[in-house]
Amino acid sequence: MAQQFYVSPEQIMKDRADFARKGIARGKSVVVLGYRDGIALVAENPSPTLRKIGEIYDRIAFAAVGKYNEFESLRQAGVRYADVRGYSYDRVDVSARGLASVYAQSLGTVFTAEQKPFEVELAVAEVGAEQAQDHVFRLTFDGSIAEETGYLAMGGKAELVQQTLGELWHPGATLAEVLSWAVASLQAPRAETGNGGNGAPLGGDNLEVAVLERQGHDVPGIHRTFRRLDRTEVSTMLTTNGAH
Amino acid sequence: MDAQQRESLLGQVTAGASSSFLDYVSATNPALLPFGRPLPAGTMPATPHGTTIVALTFDGGVVMAGDRRATMGSMIANRHIEKVFPADRFSVLGIAGTAGIAIDIVRLFQVELEHYEKIEGTLLSLEGKANRLGAMIRANLPMALQGLSVIPLFAGVETSQPQGRLFSYDVTGGRYEELEHHSVGSGSVFARGALKKLWRPAMDVQQAVAVAVESLLDASDDDSATGGPDLVRRLWPVVYTVTPDGATRVGDDRLAAMVHTIVDRRTLEGREA
Repeated sequence: MAQQFYVSPEQIMKDRADFARKGIARGKSVVVLGYRDGIALVAENPSPTLRKIGEIYDRIAFAAVGKYNEFESLRQAGVRYADVRGYSYDRVDVSARGLASVYAQSLGTVFTAEQKPFEVELAVAEVGAEQAQDHVFRLTFDGSIAEETGYLAMGGKAELVQQTLGELWHPGATLAEVLSWAVASLQAPRAETGNGGNGAPLGGDNLEVAVLERQGHDVPGIHRTFRRLDRTEVSTMLTTNGAH
Repeated sequence: MDAQQRESLLGQVTAGASSSFLDYVSATNPALLPFGRPLPAGTMPATPHGTTIVALTFDGGVVMAGDRRATMGSMIANRHIEKVFPADRFSVLGIAGTAGIAIDIVRLFQVELEHYEKIEGTLLSLEGKANRLGAMIRANLPMALQGLSVIPLFAGVETSQPQGRLFSYDVTGGRYEELEHHSVGSGSVFARGALKKLWRPAMDVQQAVAVAVESLLDASDDDSATGGPDLVRRLWPVVYTVTPDGATRVGDDRLAAMVHTIVDRRTLEGREA
């Protein structure tokens, strides 16, 4: 039998973290931006069916980067958690904070106990009555949790995207404005590499956009604020805003 | 969030679970379900019962209406109860029978449809929704044998098809598609008689709502458990219309006007019926 070499716990954790980071950095970025009438979630995603953004509950949405199978199972688990909680208590008792802490525990357990960590990074957003009451949580592969103010970027070259967003973002903007900021920040990594031909320019055809609307629909019994913007709607909004 | 729930979340992450909320809760936490427990022997005290629901199709959709009364034996248990609910954007359901269980089944059914939509990213077909409701009513059969039966009426439109469809159920979960109109509950016999005479093909939504209100009025005339429109307290039936644009509740102002028209007409006629 081969002799097992001693590997320090620090090294094991570092290797796992590097592994997860590499997996996440390969993917495209996702941004979450608060605006006057809600929260916009924007992903660079050419597929209209394999989604990175999902509805969790009445006022809560989910966005993810990394391995599809891993974040999809986390999204479904989140929907189950929220639905069971809302059914056994009340719809108002489902909060993003509760969901985010469950995600953090799951990711943390997988990071230390499983064969390999999840190569995912998640965002959980909850729209409030006013923009100051919005919550955006960032969850990383090791179970770390952070609450962001107003905007968040994750995925490949996330620091650059986050930095670009930081220069552009301010509260009280319209949806069309934050959408153009999202496009500008998602395109920032391309400009940096000086490789403008790296994929088609971002527009309605390769963006996945969804919003949590502050003002819910008026249909009784339907309290859901999550809405997907279809591709023509995104294109129209981007062109009328003069972004392209 | 307790340890068990946390563990089950992790469990789901590794093993794909079903798209059905009912299946999931049955497997993980059956005590949450309205019908999740066997009843011990004994006699059931009187419990509130919901009464009459009517539904009818019109050109482009379907209308469902329910009176506002719950009875407990010969007593009126509640005169404000609502027994017609939107199930999702494109369907509604009304319930007759044991109110306590029925209202929980409605809640369960609403979550079931929303859960499927969120997990799968698409809406269930109308037939699929009707089948899920049938499964819930079948699951309630042991309770029905103890006298706690729930009979729903389900109606909706298939997205992008501008015609309403109706489904009735029996206590065993049997599902039957109904044509033109249907009613359930204690006053359903009288409502059905009225519907047979009042329903016309190709009615518009306004006419259909008026027919629903009038048939409930007829039911309340002959069935003591069905509440008529209450002109003093200004209580009107709960009426929902479903079209391809979605389910909407008919406003109290419109219902008040409609009730007054019918009552005035009948007062003028001064007849027994």
